[in-house]
Amino acid sequence: MELSLKTQAPPPGHGPLHRLSNLLYRKPNLYLALLLVPPLLWFGAIYFGSLLTLLWQGLYTFDDFSMTVTPQLTLANLVALFHPANYDIILRTLGMAVAVSLASAVLAFPIAYYMARYTTGKTKAFFYIAVMLPMWASYIVKAYAWTLLLAKGGVAQWFVEQFGLAPALQLILDIPGVGGSTLSTSHLGRFLVFVYIWLPFMILPIQAALERLPPSLLQASADLGARPWQTFVQVILPLSVPGIAAGSIFTFSLTLGDFIVPQLVGPPGFFIGSMVYVQQGAIGNMPMAAAFTLVPIVLIAIYLAIVKRLGAFDAL
Amino acid sequence: MTLAVQFTGVSRVFGEVKAVDRVSIDIQDGEFFSMLGPSGSGKTTCLRLIAGFEQPSAGSIRIHGQEAVGLAPYQRDVNTVFQDYALFPHMNVLDNVAYGLKVKGVGKSERHARAEEALALVALGGYGARKPAQLSGGQRQRVALARALVNRPRVLLLDEPLGALDLKLREQMQGELKKLQRQLGITFIFVTHDQTEALSMSDRVAVFNKGRIEQVDTPRNLYMKPATTFVAEFVGTSNVLRGELAEQLTGNALPFSIRPEHIRLVESRLLDSPGQAASGEVQVSGLLHDIQYQGAATRYEVQLANGQSLSISQANDQWQASTPAYQPGQQVTARWARAAMIALQDVAAGGGQ
Repeated sequence: MELSLKTQAPPPGHGPLHRLSNLLYRKPNLYLALLLVPPLLWFGAIYFGSLLTLLWQGLYTFDDFSMTVTPQLTLANLVALFHPANYDIILRTLGMAVAVSLASAVLAFPIAYYMARYTTGKTKAFFYIAVMLPMWASYIVKAYAWTLLLAKGGVAQWFVEQFGLAPALQLILDIPGVGGSTLSTSHLGRFLVFVYIWLPFMILPIQAALERLPPSLLQASADLGARPWQTFVQVILPLSVPGIAAGSIFTFSLTLGDFIVPQLVGPPGFFIGSMVYVQQGAIGNMPMAAAFTLVPIVLIAIYLAIVKRLGAFDAL
Repeated sequence: MTLAVQFTGVSRVFGEVKAVDRVSIDIQDGEFFSMLGPSGSGKTTCLRLIAGFEQPSAGSIRIHGQEAVGLAPYQRDVNTVFQDYALFPHMNVLDNVAYGLKVKGVGKSERHARAEEALALVALGGYGARKPAQLSGGQRQRVALARALVNRPRVLLLDEPLGALDLKLREQMQGELKKLQRQLGITFIFVTHDQTEALSMSDRVAVFNKGRIEQVDTPRNLYMKPATTFVAEFVGTSNVLRGELAEQLTGNALPFSIRPEHIRLVESRLLDSPGQAASGEVQVSGLLHDIQYQGAATRYEVQLANGQSLSISQANDQWQASTPAYQPGQQVTARWARAAMIALQDVAAGGGQ
């Protein structure tokens, strides 16, 4: 029997939709342009444009006497950033951001390592949810909750007393620059809240980096004679640096820009974020607020340059 | 002669699956030993047991006389060339090769000199400053080899190292590996699923099937005297004839193997004495139903009267021959020497050996 192999000819390009898809198939650049124009418009014009406008306003003049802004260009606001009062704010914020990033990295690494290398299926899903669950609750609620936890007579203090560690806590709270009168009004308390709130942003990128690490690399290292700690230092840690860098960019920049936690927890004293908030809200000094906005941008640029210098992105 | 690696009744069980099932092998010092088998036959697990990435569920593994069960990979004097090469992406080629020396605490200048030496050995001198990502597949393969050799192991394990290379490069690397092994005089244990590769490079080959060893022998014996139906069919192509036909031809119910190139094809109508084979020969007839031209040889598929199919390979050694001698649909007769038939066992006889 003869087998008929004649197939139906494909329907010719009728209709505007057909013609459009044919056109897009033949001209892949047009297709790409159609895909990219909306996000580029959004990102370029609305986001980037307004950011530049904001920074431009940092060069405007604010008249202290009449409390008005005139579009007269001056570097006075930028110079004012280096006045001792403002400079202190920058150093305080920067110190906290560095401390929070370091602590988050140290805390996140073991969790991320366990998630990436030892969990599968349901256990892994459980860990993902456990890490992200705190992000489902409102940030403000969590910050307020911490003020209660850390308050005098709060849960944290109760635990410390149960274990008989009250003198130790008092010793820590007496250290200048770390302590304060109570946990909730100490630098330490503020630091704890920051680490708690930003930790998931550190765990997930490190976990992703470790997940990409082929098991054969670890076997090769052991095969060549490396003991487990040598494999960790020589192979695992260097290859997870891009993840740590990505996570620390989150924790670093989020801490630099935060203006709520510093108001709720910790000793008095402005952070960059709360300074911007006060300058443009209460005082109406938009140019000074804009000048302060420049600080985290510059700090993050410097941070990225250092991280790149250290070779964090070489393995990408 | 000392044994490089000795397996005694080794099993490795993953849950319900017996990946390696009571395997015993003796691998001589300085031997090029291949482990051949289809995927999932247990050959790679055996290699990983020697490297120390797996621990056996039962049995004993000795490496140069020392019991290795319970030892971590970094406590064993063996090195591995991985299937995916497993080069460290954040280190350049020189640091990759020098890694084994670095973790042993060898000083910088000495380890760099020895790494350069190892790179020169695999013809990659001067590539030290490059990153693995900047190398071709064949070059990465050589770096992996140099990295494994820099520790001067007494046993080198190779896990399908040529699998990702294209045919020409693979053939070239086969020659170089063999040369390197002779030059260094160390034991190579080579895992592959490619029987030509195993036959052309090895001193001896172990054929694995379903976690057990079917036969361990020299390449020539493996091909000419396969012990089991599995070996006959997996190593090269073979016609395994069984049942009534086997009994009729050999007077024995055991299945037997006859290689396609040991059969001669004769056109039935040209036979002087149809049905009558010369002494010491057997003959069968059937219908020629497919011809595959393969260049150096032509393969004929003949359908025998009992429905069994017979594969016959005839060398195309007549340079003048212009027209094909046979057409599909023709009645043909196949003849071969009685002595060319090898009686087979259906399963490996006892133990792992």
